Amino acid sequence: MPAEIISEQVRRTVQRMLLAVQEYSLFCWEAVRSFWRQPHYWADTLIQSDLIGVGSVPIVVLTGFFTGGVLALQSAASLAQFGAQAYTGRFVSLSMFRELAPVLTGLMVSGRNASGMASELGSMVVTEQIDAMRALGTDPIKKLVAPRVFATVIALFLLTIVADTLGTAGGATVAVFLSHQNGNQYFNSAYQALVPADMIQGLTKPLFFGFIISTVGCFFGMKTTGGTQGVGRATTQAVVVSSVMIIFTDFLLSRVMLWLFPPV
Amino acid sequence: MDTMSQPVPESPPAEPAVDPVVFEHVSMAFNGPPVLEDVSFRLGPHETRILLGPAGVGKSVLLKLANGLLRPDSGRIFLFGEEITRMSEEKLLALRIRTGMVFQEGALFDSLTIRDNVGYQLIEQHLPDEVIDKRVRRALRFVELEHTFDMLPSSLSGGMRRRVAIARAIIAKPELLLYDSPTGGLDPVTSHTINELIVKERDVYHTPAILVTHRLQDAFTMATNVFSEATNQMEPLPTGQTHADTTFLVLREGKLVFDGSIRELIHSPDPFLQSFLA
Repeated sequence: MPAEIISEQVRRTVQRMLLAVQEYSLFCWEAVRSFWRQPHYWADTLIQSDLIGVGSVPIVVLTGFFTGGVLALQSAASLAQFGAQAYTGRFVSLSMFRELAPVLTGLMVSGRNASGMASELGSMVVTEQIDAMRALGTDPIKKLVAPRVFATVIALFLLTIVADTLGTAGGATVAVFLSHQNGNQYFNSAYQALVPADMIQGLTKPLFFGFIISTVGCFFGMKTTGGTQGVGRATTQAVVVSSVMIIFTDFLLSRVMLWLFPPV
Repeated sequence: MDTMSQPVPESPPAEPAVDPVVFEHVSMAFNGPPVLEDVSFRLGPHETRILLGPAGVGKSVLLKLANGLLRPDSGRIFLFGEEITRMSEEKLLALRIRTGMVFQEGALFDSLTIRDNVGYQLIEQHLPDEVIDKRVRRALRFVELEHTFDMLPSSLSGGMRRRVAIARAIIAKPELLLYDSPTGGLDPVTSHTINELIVKERDVYHTPAILVTHRLQDAFTMATNVFSEATNQMEPLPTGQTHADTTFLVLREGKLVFDGSIRELIHSPDPFLQSFLA
Protein backbone atom coordinates (compact mmCIF):
# COMPACT_ATOMS: atom_id res chain seq x y z
CA MET A 1 0.00 0.00 0.00
CA PRO A 2 1.40 3.47 -0.90
CA ALA A 3 0.44 4.93 2.51
CA GLU A 4 2.36 2.19 4.30
CA ILE A 5 5.37 2.68 2.07
CA ILE A 6 5.35 6.43 2.71
CA SER A 7 5.02 5.98 6.47
CA GLU A 8 7.88 3.46 6.42
CA GLN A 9 10.04 5.92 4.50
CA VAL A 10 9.17 8.73 6.93
CA ARG A 11 10.01 6.45 9.84
CA ARG A 12 13.36 5.56 8.33
CA THR A 13 14.19 9.20 7.54
CA VAL A 14 13.34 10.31 11.08
CA GLN A 15 15.33 7.39 12.48
CA ARG A 16 18.33 8.33 10.33
CA MET A 17 18.12 11.98 11.35
CA LEU A 18 17.87 11.12 15.04
CA LEU A 19 20.84 8.81 14.69
CA ALA A 20 22.83 11.59 13.01
CA VAL A 21 21.93 14.02 15.81
CA GLN A 22 23.00 11.44 18.38
CA GLU A 23 26.29 10.79 16.59
CA TYR A 24 26.96 14.53 16.23
CA SER A 25 26.23 15.13 19.93
CA LEU A 26 28.61 12.34 20.96
CA PHE A 27 31.22 13.69 18.56
CA CYS A 28 30.92 17.19 20.10
CA TRP A 29 31.16 15.71 23.58
CA GLU A 30 34.35 13.83 22.61
CA ALA A 31 35.82 17.00 21.07
CA VAL A 32 35.10 19.07 24.20
CA ARG A 33 36.38 16.31 26.50
CA SER A 34 39.63 16.17 24.58
CA PHE A 35 40.44 19.78 25.63
CA TRP A 36 41.05 18.49 29.14
CA ARG A 37 43.01 15.38 28.22
CA GLN A 38 46.71 15.05 27.50
CA PRO A 39 48.47 15.41 25.12
CA HIS A 40 47.59 18.87 23.80
CA TYR A 41 48.63 19.67 20.24
CA TRP A 42 49.42 23.38 20.58
CA ALA A 43 51.55 23.48 17.43
CA ASP A 44 48.64 22.09 15.39
CA THR A 45 46.30 24.61 17.07
CA LEU A 46 48.60 27.46 16.01
CA ILE A 47 48.77 26.18 12.44
CA GLN A 48 44.97 25.93 12.30
CA SER A 49 44.60 29.41 13.81
CA ASP A 50 46.76 30.73 11.01
CA LEU A 51 44.86 28.83 8.30
CA ILE A 52 41.38 29.57 9.63
CA GLY A 53 41.89 32.97 11.25
CA VAL A 54 44.53 34.78 9.21
CA GLY A 55 43.43 33.03 6.02
CA SER A 56 39.86 34.30 6.43
CA VAL A 57 40.82 37.95 7.05
CA PRO A 58 40.51 39.10 3.40
CA ILE A 59 36.97 37.74 2.90
CA VAL A 60 35.86 39.05 6.30
CA VAL A 61 37.33 42.49 5.60
CA LEU A 62 35.57 42.73 2.24
CA THR A 63 32.28 41.32 3.54
CA GLY A 64 32.26 43.60 6.59
CA PHE A 65 33.20 46.74 4.68
CA PHE A 66 30.66 46.36 1.90
CA THR A 67 27.87 45.21 4.25
CA GLY A 68 28.38 48.36 6.34
CA GLY A 69 28.47 50.39 3.12
CA VAL A 70 25.24 48.99 1.73
CA LEU A 71 23.50 49.41 5.09
CA ALA A 72 24.46 53.08 5.12
CA LEU A 73 23.39 53.45 1.50
CA GLN A 74 19.95 51.91 2.06
CA SER A 75 19.28 53.45 5.46
CA ALA A 76 20.42 56.98 4.56
CA ALA A 77 17.84 57.23 1.77
CA SER A 78 15.01 55.97 4.01
CA LEU A 79 16.02 58.00 7.05
CA ALA A 80 16.32 61.17 4.93
CA GLN A 81 12.58 60.97 4.24
CA PHE A 82 11.97 61.51 7.96
CA GLY A 83 14.79 64.03 8.38
CA ALA A 84 16.64 61.44 10.47
CA GLN A 85 19.74 60.99 8.33
CA ALA A 86 21.85 61.73 11.39
CA TYR A 87 20.88 58.32 12.74
CA THR A 88 22.68 56.48 9.92
CA GLY A 89 25.68 55.70 12.15
CA ARG A 90 23.42 54.35 14.90
CA PHE A 91 21.55 52.13 12.43
CA VAL A 92 24.74 50.76 10.86
CA SER A 93 26.59 50.07 14.11
CA LEU A 94 23.64 48.42 15.85
CA SER A 95 22.90 46.21 12.85
CA MET A 96 26.53 45.26 12.42
CA PHE A 97 27.38 44.60 16.07
CA ARG A 98 24.21 42.73 17.00
CA GLU A 99 23.50 40.69 13.92
CA LEU A 100 25.25 41.14 10.63
CA ALA A 101 28.90 40.95 11.62
CA PRO A 102 28.60 37.69 13.62
CA VAL A 103 26.21 36.00 11.18
CA LEU A 104 27.91 37.05 7.94
CA THR A 105 31.36 36.31 9.32
CA GLY A 106 30.07 32.93 10.46
CA LEU A 107 28.62 32.17 7.05
CA MET A 108 31.76 33.28 5.20
CA VAL A 109 34.06 31.30 7.50
CA SER A 110 31.69 28.34 7.22
CA GLY A 111 31.84 28.42 3.42
CA ARG A 112 35.61 28.60 3.48
CA ASN A 113 36.57 26.41 6.43
CA ALA A 114 33.78 23.90 7.16
CA SER A 115 34.23 22.70 3.58
CA GLY A 116 38.01 22.67 3.96
CA MET A 117 37.84 20.64 7.17
CA ALA A 118 35.33 18.17 5.73
CA SER A 119 37.33 17.60 2.56
CA GLU A 120 40.70 17.35 4.34
CA LEU A 121 39.52 14.92 7.01
CA GLY A 122 37.31 13.09 4.51
CA SER A 123 40.30 12.50 2.23
CA MET A 124 42.26 11.21 5.22
CA VAL A 125 39.43 8.80 6.06
CA VAL A 126 39.09 7.34 2.55
CA THR A 127 42.86 6.90 2.21
CA GLU A 128 42.98 5.16 5.62
CA GLN A 129 45.20 7.88 7.11
CA ILE A 130 42.84 8.23 10.08
CA ASP A 131 43.02 4.47 10.70
CA ALA A 132 46.81 4.67 10.35
CA MET A 133 46.88 7.44 12.94
CA ARG A 134 44.80 5.34 15.35
CA ALA A 135 47.01 2.32 14.63
CA LEU A 136 50.04 4.43 15.56
CA GLY A 137 48.45 5.20 18.93
CA THR A 138 47.20 8.75 18.25
CA ASP A 139 43.65 9.87 18.97
CA PRO A 140 42.42 11.70 15.83
CA ILE A 141 39.91 13.65 17.90
CA LYS A 142 42.73 15.13 19.96
CA LYS A 143 45.17 15.53 17.08
CA LEU A 144 42.85 16.76 14.31
CA VAL A 145 39.48 17.84 15.72
CA ALA A 146 40.31 19.61 19.00
CA PRO A 147 42.88 22.02 17.43
CA ARG A 148 40.40 22.95 14.67
CA VAL A 149 37.55 23.55 17.13
CA PHE A 150 39.68 25.65 19.48
CA ALA A 151 41.22 27.65 16.62
CA THR A 152 37.86 28.32 14.91
CA VAL A 153 36.16 29.52 18.11
CA ILE A 154 38.96 31.97 18.90
CA ALA A 155 39.43 33.04 15.27
CA LEU A 156 35.72 33.69 14.68
CA PHE A 157 35.54 35.83 17.83
CA LEU A 158 38.42 37.99 16.57
CA LEU A 159 37.19 38.04 12.97
CA THR A 160 33.79 39.30 14.16
CA ILE A 161 35.53 42.26 15.82
CA VAL A 162 37.29 42.91 12.49
CA ALA A 163 33.93 42.75 10.67
CA ASP A 164 32.33 45.10 13.25
CA THR A 165 35.11 47.62 12.75
CA LEU A 166 35.21 47.37 8.97
CA GLY A 167 31.40 47.47 8.74
CA THR A 168 31.29 50.71 10.69
CA ALA A 169 34.11 52.07 8.54
CA GLY A 170 32.30 51.01 5.34
CA GLY A 171 29.15 52.76 6.54
CA ALA A 172 31.18 55.86 7.33
CA THR A 173 32.76 55.85 3.86
CA VAL A 174 29.34 55.77 2.19
CA ALA A 175 27.78 58.24 4.64
CA VAL A 176 30.57 60.79 4.20
CA PHE A 177 31.46 60.43 0.52
CA LEU A 178 28.12 59.47 -1.04
CA SER A 179 25.49 60.84 1.33
CA HIS A 180 27.64 63.89 2.23
CA GLN A 181 27.04 63.49 5.96
CA ASN A 182 29.27 64.80 8.69
CA GLY A 183 31.84 62.16 9.69
CA ASN A 184 31.94 63.22 13.37
CA GLN A 185 28.17 63.05 13.56
CA TYR A 186 28.21 59.53 12.03
CA PHE A 187 30.80 58.19 14.46
CA ASN A 188 29.18 59.91 17.46
CA SER A 189 25.83 58.40 16.55
CA ALA A 190 27.39 55.00 15.96
CA TYR A 191 29.30 55.06 19.25
CA GLN A 192 26.47 56.38 21.45
CA ALA A 193 23.99 53.80 20.17
CA LEU A 194 26.08 50.91 21.47
CA VAL A 195 25.63 49.65 25.01
CA PRO A 196 27.46 46.74 26.72
CA ALA A 197 24.49 44.43 26.01
CA ASP A 198 25.05 44.89 22.26
CA MET A 199 28.71 43.98 22.65
CA ILE A 200 27.87 40.93 24.75
CA GLN A 201 25.26 39.82 22.23
CA GLY A 202 27.51 40.38 19.24
CA LEU A 203 30.55 38.71 20.75
CA THR A 204 28.78 35.73 22.31
CA LYS A 205 27.36 34.58 19.00
CA PRO A 206 30.71 33.93 17.25
CA LEU A 207 31.73 31.59 20.07
CA PHE A 208 28.73 29.38 19.26
CA PHE A 209 29.10 29.81 15.51
CA GLY A 210 32.80 28.89 15.63
CA PHE A 211 31.96 25.74 17.54
CA ILE A 212 29.24 24.84 15.01
CA ILE A 213 31.45 25.46 11.95
CA SER A 214 34.34 23.37 13.23
CA THR A 215 32.39 20.49 14.74
CA VAL A 216 30.08 20.16 11.73
CA GLY A 217 33.03 20.35 9.30
CA CYS A 218 35.05 17.79 11.26
CA PHE A 219 32.01 15.55 11.88
CA PHE A 220 31.13 15.22 8.20
CA GLY A 221 34.82 14.76 7.35
CA MET A 222 35.34 12.00 9.90
CA LYS A 223 32.14 10.20 8.86
CA THR A 224 32.99 10.21 5.16
CA THR A 225 32.29 7.00 3.28
CA GLY A 226 32.31 6.16 -0.41
CA GLY A 227 35.65 7.33 -1.79
CA THR A 228 36.19 10.64 -3.58
CA GLN A 229 32.47 11.00 -4.30
CA GLY A 230 31.88 10.69 -0.57
CA VAL A 231 34.40 13.45 0.09
CA GLY A 232 32.49 15.78 -2.24
CA ARG A 233 29.21 14.87 -0.56
CA ALA A 234 30.67 15.44 2.92
CA THR A 235 32.01 18.86 1.85
CA THR A 236 28.63 20.01 0.55
CA GLN A 237 26.77 18.67 3.58
CA ALA A 238 29.21 20.39 5.95
CA VAL A 239 28.63 23.82 4.37
CA VAL A 240 24.84 23.43 4.11
CA VAL A 241 24.35 22.07 7.62
CA SER A 242 26.71 24.54 9.31
CA SER A 243 25.11 27.50 7.48
CA VAL A 244 21.59 26.47 8.43
CA MET A 245 22.69 25.79 12.00
CA ILE A 246 24.28 29.24 12.22
CA ILE A 247 21.06 30.96 11.14
CA PHE A 248 18.95 28.81 13.46
CA THR A 249 21.30 29.28 16.43
CA ASP A 250 21.36 33.03 15.74
CA PHE A 251 17.60 33.10 16.15
CA LEU A 252 17.75 31.17 19.42
CA LEU A 253 20.61 33.28 20.78
CA SER A 254 18.88 36.54 19.81
CA ARG A 255 15.77 35.39 21.66
CA VAL A 256 17.81 34.52 24.76
CA MET A 257 19.77 37.78 24.59
CA LEU A 258 16.62 39.87 24.27
CA TRP A 259 15.26 38.06 27.30
CA LEU A 260 18.47 38.63 29.25
CA PHE A 261 18.94 42.23 28.11
CA PRO A 262 15.48 43.64 27.32
CA PRO A 263 15.53 46.81 25.20
CA VAL A 264 15.03 49.93 27.32
CA MET B 1 60.99 -28.26 64.71
CA ASP B 2 60.55 -30.67 61.90
CA THR B 3 62.16 -29.12 58.94
CA MET B 4 60.51 -31.64 56.63
CA SER B 5 57.09 -30.16 57.40
CA GLN B 6 58.14 -26.71 56.24
CA PRO B 7 56.98 -25.82 52.79
CA VAL B 8 59.72 -26.02 50.29
CA PRO B 9 60.04 -22.72 48.46
CA GLU B 10 59.27 -23.30 44.84
CA SER B 11 61.02 -21.54 42.07
CA PRO B 12 58.52 -19.28 40.33
CA PRO B 13 57.03 -20.99 37.32
CA ALA B 14 58.27 -19.67 34.02
CA GLU B 15 55.74 -17.14 32.72
CA PRO B 16 53.99 -18.71 29.76
CA ALA B 17 54.38 -16.72 26.56
CA VAL B 18 51.13 -14.93 25.80
CA ASP B 19 49.61 -15.38 22.36
CA PRO B 20 49.70 -11.90 20.77
CA VAL B 21 46.31 -12.33 19.10
CA VAL B 22 43.40 -14.62 19.96
CA PHE B 23 40.00 -14.64 18.23
CA GLU B 24 37.14 -16.51 19.91
CA HIS B 25 33.92 -16.98 17.91
CA VAL B 26 34.12 -13.51 16.37
CA SER B 27 31.29 -12.37 14.10
CA MET B 28 30.71 -9.03 12.44
CA ALA B 29 28.32 -7.43 9.95
CA PHE B 30 27.90 -3.99 8.35
CA ASN B 31 24.11 -3.49 7.98
CA GLY B 32 23.74 -6.70 6.01
CA PRO B 33 24.92 -10.28 5.86
CA PRO B 34 27.84 -11.12 8.17
CA VAL B 35 31.29 -10.16 6.92
CA LEU B 36 32.87 -12.51 9.46
CA GLU B 37 31.08 -15.45 11.05
CA ASP B 38 32.24 -17.37 14.11
CA VAL B 39 35.96 -16.90 13.43
CA SER B 40 38.32 -18.45 15.97
CA PHE B 41 42.11 -18.74 15.76
CA ARG B 42 45.23 -17.76 17.66
CA LEU B 43 48.56 -16.29 16.69
CA GLY B 44 51.42 -17.75 18.70
CA PRO B 45 54.57 -15.88 19.76
CA HIS B 46 57.07 -15.65 16.86
CA GLU B 47 54.45 -17.07 14.52
CA THR B 48 53.50 -15.63 11.13
CA ARG B 49 49.98 -16.40 9.98
CA ILE B 50 49.11 -15.82 6.35
CA LEU B 51 45.45 -15.03 5.84
CA LEU B 52 44.31 -16.11 2.39
CA GLY B 53 41.02 -15.79 0.59
CA PRO B 54 39.37 -14.28 -2.46
CA ALA B 55 38.75 -10.52 -2.57
CA GLY B 56 35.89 -9.29 -0.37
CA VAL B 57 35.72 -12.14 2.14
CA GLY B 58 36.57 -9.99 5.17
CA LYS B 59 40.36 -10.34 5.37
CA SER B 60 41.04 -6.62 5.95
CA VAL B 61 38.13 -6.45 8.42
CA LEU B 62 39.70 -9.29 10.40
CA LEU B 63 43.02 -7.44 10.49
CA LYS B 64 41.38 -4.24 11.72
CA LEU B 65 39.55 -6.21 14.40
CA ALA B 66 42.88 -7.63 15.60
CA ASN B 67 44.10 -4.23 16.86
CA GLY B 68 40.72 -2.77 17.74
CA LEU B 69 40.25 -0.44 14.77
CA LEU B 70 36.87 -2.16 14.39
CA ARG B 71 34.69 -3.80 17.04
CA PRO B 72 33.03 -7.20 16.59
CA ASP B 73 29.30 -7.72 17.01
CA SER B 74 29.92 -10.86 19.03
CA GLY B 75 32.79 -13.03 20.22
CA ARG B 76 35.98 -12.04 22.01
CA ILE B 77 39.35 -10.77 20.79
CA PHE B 78 42.51 -10.74 22.89
CA LEU B 79 45.53 -8.59 22.07
CA PHE B 80 48.67 -9.38 24.09
CA GLY B 81 46.46 -11.27 26.53
CA GLU B 82 44.06 -8.37 27.14
CA GLU B 83 40.49 -8.53 25.94
CA ILE B 84 39.94 -5.60 23.59
CA THR B 85 36.36 -6.36 22.55
CA ARG B 86 34.89 -3.71 24.82
CA MET B 87 38.08 -1.85 25.78
CA SER B 88 37.86 1.97 25.72
CA GLU B 89 39.53 3.74 22.79
CA GLU B 90 41.91 5.48 25.19
CA LYS B 91 43.24 2.17 26.55
CA LEU B 92 43.32 0.72 23.06
CA LEU B 93 45.53 3.56 21.83
CA ALA B 94 48.12 2.63 24.45
CA LEU B 95 47.94 -1.03 23.42
CA ARG B 96 48.17 -0.26 19.69
CA ILE B 97 51.53 1.47 20.21
CA ARG B 98 52.89 -2.05 20.72
CA THR B 99 51.72 -3.08 17.26
CA GLY B 100 52.75 -2.05 13.76
CA MET B 101 50.36 -2.03 10.85
CA VAL B 102 51.00 -1.79 7.11
CA PHE B 103 47.88 -0.65 5.25
CA GLN B 104 46.75 -1.72 1.80
CA GLU B 105 47.84 1.47 0.04
CA GLY B 106 50.44 2.48 2.60
CA ALA B 107 48.23 5.15 4.22
CA LEU B 108 51.14 7.55 4.55
CA PHE B 109 50.30 11.05 5.81
CA ASP B 110 50.46 12.96 2.54
CA SER B 111 51.24 16.35 4.11
CA LEU B 112 54.26 15.03 6.06
CA THR B 113 57.73 14.21 4.76
CA ILE B 114 58.98 10.64 4.74
CA ARG B 115 61.08 11.47 7.80
CA ASP B 116 57.99 12.66 9.70
CA ASN B 117 55.90 9.73 8.46
CA VAL B 118 58.38 7.09 9.50
CA GLY B 119 59.29 8.88 12.74
CA TYR B 120 55.65 9.71 13.59
CA GLN B 121 55.52 7.61 16.77
CA LEU B 122 58.87 8.95 17.94
CA ILE B 123 57.75 12.55 17.31
CA GLU B 124 54.61 11.83 19.34
CA GLN B 125 56.87 10.62 22.16
CA HIS B 126 58.79 13.95 21.96
CA LEU B 127 62.16 12.28 21.47
CA PRO B 128 65.07 14.58 20.55
CA ASP B 129 65.36 15.37 16.83
CA GLU B 130 68.76 13.74 16.46
CA VAL B 131 67.47 10.47 17.98
CA ILE B 132 64.47 10.54 15.63
CA ASP B 133 66.68 11.24 12.60
CA LYS B 134 69.00 8.37 13.50
CA ARG B 135 66.21 5.85 13.99
CA VAL B 136 64.32 6.99 10.90
CA ARG B 137 67.46 6.56 8.79
CA ARG B 138 68.00 3.09 10.25
CA ALA B 139 64.40 2.08 9.46
CA LEU B 140 64.66 3.52 5.95
CA ARG B 141 67.94 1.66 5.45
CA PHE B 142 66.11 -1.56 6.37
CA VAL B 143 63.74 -0.97 3.45
CA GLU B 144 66.57 0.43 1.29
CA LEU B 145 65.02 3.86 0.90
CA GLU B 146 67.35 6.08 2.91
CA HIS B 147 67.52 8.61 0.06
CA THR B 148 63.80 9.43 0.42
CA PHE B 149 64.31 10.98 3.91
CA ASP B 150 63.26 14.53 2.93
CA MET B 151 60.76 13.65 0.20
CA LEU B 152 56.97 13.81 0.30
CA PRO B 153 54.90 10.62 -0.22
CA SER B 154 53.45 12.03 -3.46
CA SER B 155 56.89 11.85 -5.08
CA LEU B 156 57.26 8.10 -4.41
CA SER B 157 56.03 5.16 -6.48
CA GLY B 158 53.40 2.75 -5.10
CA GLY B 159 56.01 0.15 -4.17
CA MET B 160 58.21 2.72 -2.45
CA ARG B 161 55.24 3.94 -0.42
CA ARG B 162 54.58 0.39 0.81
CA ARG B 163 58.24 0.08 1.81
CA VAL B 164 58.05 3.38 3.69
CA ALA B 165 54.88 2.07 5.37
CA ILE B 166 56.84 -1.01 6.48
CA ALA B 167 59.58 1.27 7.84
CA ARG B 168 56.95 3.25 9.76
CA ALA B 169 55.44 0.06 11.15
CA ILE B 170 58.73 -1.38 12.42
CA ILE B 171 60.50 1.75 13.70
CA ALA B 172 59.20 1.42 17.27
CA LYS B 173 60.11 -2.30 17.38
CA PRO B 174 56.51 -3.56 17.60
CA GLU B 175 55.56 -6.81 19.32
CA LEU B 176 53.09 -7.62 16.55
CA LEU B 177 52.94 -6.75 12.85
CA LEU B 178 49.78 -6.63 10.77
CA TYR B 179 50.21 -6.50 6.99
CA ASP B 180 47.15 -5.70 4.88
CA SER B 181 47.82 -6.86 1.28
CA PRO B 182 51.29 -5.28 1.20
CA THR B 183 51.90 -6.42 -2.39
CA GLY B 184 48.41 -5.74 -3.79
CA GLY B 185 48.55 -4.01 -7.16
CA LEU B 186 52.33 -4.08 -7.42
CA ASP B 187 54.48 -5.48 -10.22
CA PRO B 188 56.27 -8.83 -9.60
CA VAL B 189 59.70 -7.27 -9.02
CA THR B 190 58.41 -4.81 -6.42
CA SER B 191 56.27 -7.54 -4.83
CA HIS B 192 59.40 -9.67 -4.48
CA THR B 193 61.18 -6.78 -2.73
CA ILE B 194 58.28 -6.32 -0.30
CA ASN B 195 58.09 -10.08 0.38
CA GLU B 196 61.81 -10.13 1.06
CA LEU B 197 61.40 -7.31 3.59
CA ILE B 198 58.59 -9.16 5.37
CA VAL B 199 60.65 -12.36 5.48
CA LYS B 200 63.62 -10.32 6.73
CA GLU B 201 61.50 -8.83 9.53
CA ARG B 202 60.21 -12.33 10.41
CA ASP B 203 63.62 -14.03 10.45
CA VAL B 204 65.79 -11.22 11.85
CA TYR B 205 63.48 -9.77 14.54
CA HIS B 206 61.10 -12.77 14.93
CA THR B 207 58.11 -10.44 15.28
CA PRO B 208 54.79 -12.31 15.23
CA ALA B 209 52.67 -11.21 12.29
CA ILE B 210 49.40 -11.64 10.45
CA LEU B 211 49.69 -11.11 6.73
CA VAL B 212 46.63 -10.67 4.56
CA THR B 213 46.95 -11.49 0.89
CA HIS B 214 44.99 -12.97 -1.96
CA ARG B 215 48.16 -13.77 -3.89
CA LEU B 216 49.08 -17.41 -3.45
CA GLN B 217 52.53 -16.84 -4.87
CA ASP B 218 53.38 -14.38 -2.07
CA ALA B 219 52.06 -16.78 0.55
CA PHE B 220 54.16 -19.66 -0.74
CA THR B 221 57.21 -17.42 -1.00
CA MET B 222 56.87 -16.64 2.71
CA ALA B 223 56.55 -20.30 3.63
CA THR B 224 59.35 -21.63 1.46
CA ASN B 225 62.03 -18.98 1.92
CA VAL B 226 64.24 -17.80 4.72
CA PHE B 227 66.29 -14.63 5.12
CA SER B 228 70.03 -15.03 5.25
CA GLU B 229 71.78 -12.30 7.21
CA ALA B 230 75.09 -13.44 5.72
CA THR B 231 74.07 -12.67 2.16
CA ASN B 232 71.41 -10.07 3.10
CA GLN B 233 69.02 -11.89 0.80
CA MET B 234 66.00 -14.13 0.89
CA GLU B 235 66.99 -17.69 0.05
CA PRO B 236 64.79 -20.73 -0.72
CA LEU B 237 64.63 -23.49 1.85
CA PRO B 238 65.82 -26.94 0.69
CA THR B 239 63.23 -28.76 -1.38
CA GLY B 240 60.47 -30.26 0.76
CA GLN B 241 61.15 -27.96 3.71
CA THR B 242 58.90 -25.13 4.80
CA HIS B 243 59.16 -22.44 7.45
CA ALA B 244 57.79 -24.03 10.64
CA ASP B 245 56.44 -20.79 12.14
CA THR B 246 54.58 -19.70 9.02
CA THR B 247 51.08 -21.11 8.90
CA PHE B 248 47.92 -20.42 6.94
CA LEU B 249 44.35 -19.34 7.50
CA VAL B 250 41.81 -19.32 4.68
CA LEU B 251 38.58 -17.34 4.71
CA ARG B 252 35.59 -18.09 2.57
CA GLU B 253 32.51 -15.87 2.68
CA GLY B 254 33.37 -14.70 6.20
CA LYS B 255 34.03 -18.17 7.58
CA LEU B 256 37.40 -19.63 8.47
CA VAL B 257 37.63 -22.78 6.38
CA PHE B 258 41.26 -23.68 6.94
CA ASP B 259 43.84 -23.31 9.73
CA GLY B 260 47.11 -25.18 9.30
CA SER B 261 50.47 -25.60 7.60
CA ILE B 262 51.27 -25.19 3.93
CA ARG B 263 51.57 -28.96 3.60
CA GLU B 264 48.08 -29.46 5.05
CA LEU B 265 46.75 -26.73 2.79
CA ILE B 266 48.15 -28.26 -0.35
CA HIS B 267 46.88 -31.73 0.55
CA SER B 268 43.46 -30.62 1.76
CA PRO B 269 40.60 -32.54 0.07
CA ASP B 270 38.28 -29.52 0.46
CA PRO B 271 36.94 -28.71 -3.05
CA PHE B 272 36.97 -24.94 -2.33
CA LEU B 273 40.62 -25.03 -1.25
CA GLN B 274 41.55 -27.16 -4.23
CA SER B 275 39.89 -24.76 -6.63
CA PHE B 276 41.41 -21.79 -4.78
CA LEU B 277 44.89 -23.27 -5.09
CA ALA B 278 44.42 -24.31 -8.68
